[in-house]
Amino acid sequence: MAYITVKDLEPGYEGQPVTDKINFQVNKGDYLCIVGENGAGKSTLMKTILHLIKPLSGTISYGDGLEEYEIGYLPQQSFVQKDFPASVWEVALSGNLAKLGRRPFYSAAEKKNTRERLEELGIWELRNKCYRDLSGGQQQRVLLARALCATTKLLLLDEPVSGLDPKVTTELYRLIRKLNQSGVTILMVTHDVHVAIEEATHILHIGDNRELFFGTKEKYLESSAWKSFGGKEEK
Amino acid sequence: MKQLLFYLSFPFVRYALVVGILVALCSSLLGVTLVLKRFSFIGDGLSHVAFGAMAVASVLHLASDTILIMPVTILTAILLLRTGQNTRIKGDAMIAVMSVGALAVGYMLMNVFSTSANVSGDVCTTLFGSTSILTLKQSEVWICVVFSLLVIITFLLFYHRIFAVTFDENFARATGVGAQKYNLMIAVLIAVVIVLGMNLVGSLLISALIIFPALSAMSLIRNFKGVVVASAILSVSCALVGMLVSILASTPVGSTIVVADLLVFVVCTVLSRVLKRG
Repeated sequence: MAYITVKDLEPGYEGQPVTDKINFQVNKGDYLCIVGENGAGKSTLMKTILHLIKPLSGTISYGDGLEEYEIGYLPQQSFVQKDFPASVWEVALSGNLAKLGRRPFYSAAEKKNTRERLEELGIWELRNKCYRDLSGGQQQRVLLARALCATTKLLLLDEPVSGLDPKVTTELYRLIRKLNQSGVTILMVTHDVHVAIEEATHILHIGDNRELFFGTKEKYLESSAWKSFGGKEEK
Repeated sequence: MKQLLFYLSFPFVRYALVVGILVALCSSLLGVTLVLKRFSFIGDGLSHVAFGAMAVASVLHLASDTILIMPVTILTAILLLRTGQNTRIKGDAMIAVMSVGALAVGYMLMNVFSTSANVSGDVCTTLFGSTSILTLKQSEVWICVVFSLLVIITFLLFYHRIFAVTFDENFARATGVGAQKYNLMIAVLIAVVIVLGMNLVGSLLISALIIFPALSAMSLIRNFKGVVVASAILSVSCALVGMLVSILASTPVGSTIVVADLLVFVVCTVLSRVLKRG
């Protein structure tokens, strides 16, 4: 049984599907990249996986010990309002939200969990700083810590490096790879197919020209989807 | 000072102070969320609807105005939140329609079915709060105390959830937390605070009570808990100072409190500019 099994899924808005039917699986320990051109439906698919919108048809099922809402989500960076007063600690701690159950306040265990995640990502010293005063790379680490507070089983990353400079981008990819090697399953949405074939173990390619592809990276490099998409990129 | 102690010996003066402090506390707690969620405009719209409801209540000669105003305002809050989320622009227009409409209907009702000889005085009281702090009835004080405590307790119990939903609604929803539910809760709390605040500062000025302390605190402090605490302290102090000044100088209560809030806001804004440069 896989962590996530997606069957004949049609993501879309108001009855209009944005892609053809999608089939794929995410297994424990995978590093799956979702690639496709702008407007191919990557973010719609992602929102569907996150339960933010309902699929038009098809199913998403969960197994292998993964609960339905056990997803650590790293949104695109631009989502935070410019003037939001929140410290690094407050942001990271809010990752434990789902664990609250019916309790009103966080327990010592949840605070310890948050501390460990912050230390792991090297941002414990920044805990009292205001989130919006941090650099782009630091902000992403805070959001990563929050996602890891929610779960260390599966992370869903939405264009995690958009707006970051090349050096920080490389560092962040290295960090994600390290997390994957330590057992965190990664689902990453990216428009950069070259990063995808560099980092991922599996590729899901979505697009409108019947270019749908799902499989291992090796198979992807032989597929027509890669040839049409990768070829265009190199021009 | 002597004069102040003399006034404080009257129970209704003490009632008024209690009500003022509680309302200021409630409104400042919610104000932070309201400003950060970009819901400030809802507060403004709601207060006008509450005015309309009050006019209807006084025409119907209800024993307690709150019985009618509270449910109407809560319903409107829920309605506005729904329309505001689905379609931004239409939601904006909706609020304008509702608030201006409620104002017009309210004023008309008060004129046509006037219960007292001094209609413009009544209207002025409803819009800008009681000109005299001493007109609060004991039943009103109790209603206010009960609802204020409810608002404060709800806010404290749901503090972490309110933060999460305010900071990043999508993340909260992705981890299975019903963000809609909490948005609804916030809307209901706002409605309650607005109805309570009408007694103190009137329906036109209640927005100021909600928004000024939050903005003042946000200009100086950069974490959520700090902002909430500072906003509460600023709001309660402004309310206290405003009420005492209004007793001693016989100025209208509502506008005195709001002027105090405004002054604090100006000071905080200037201070934050200076600190940024330095």
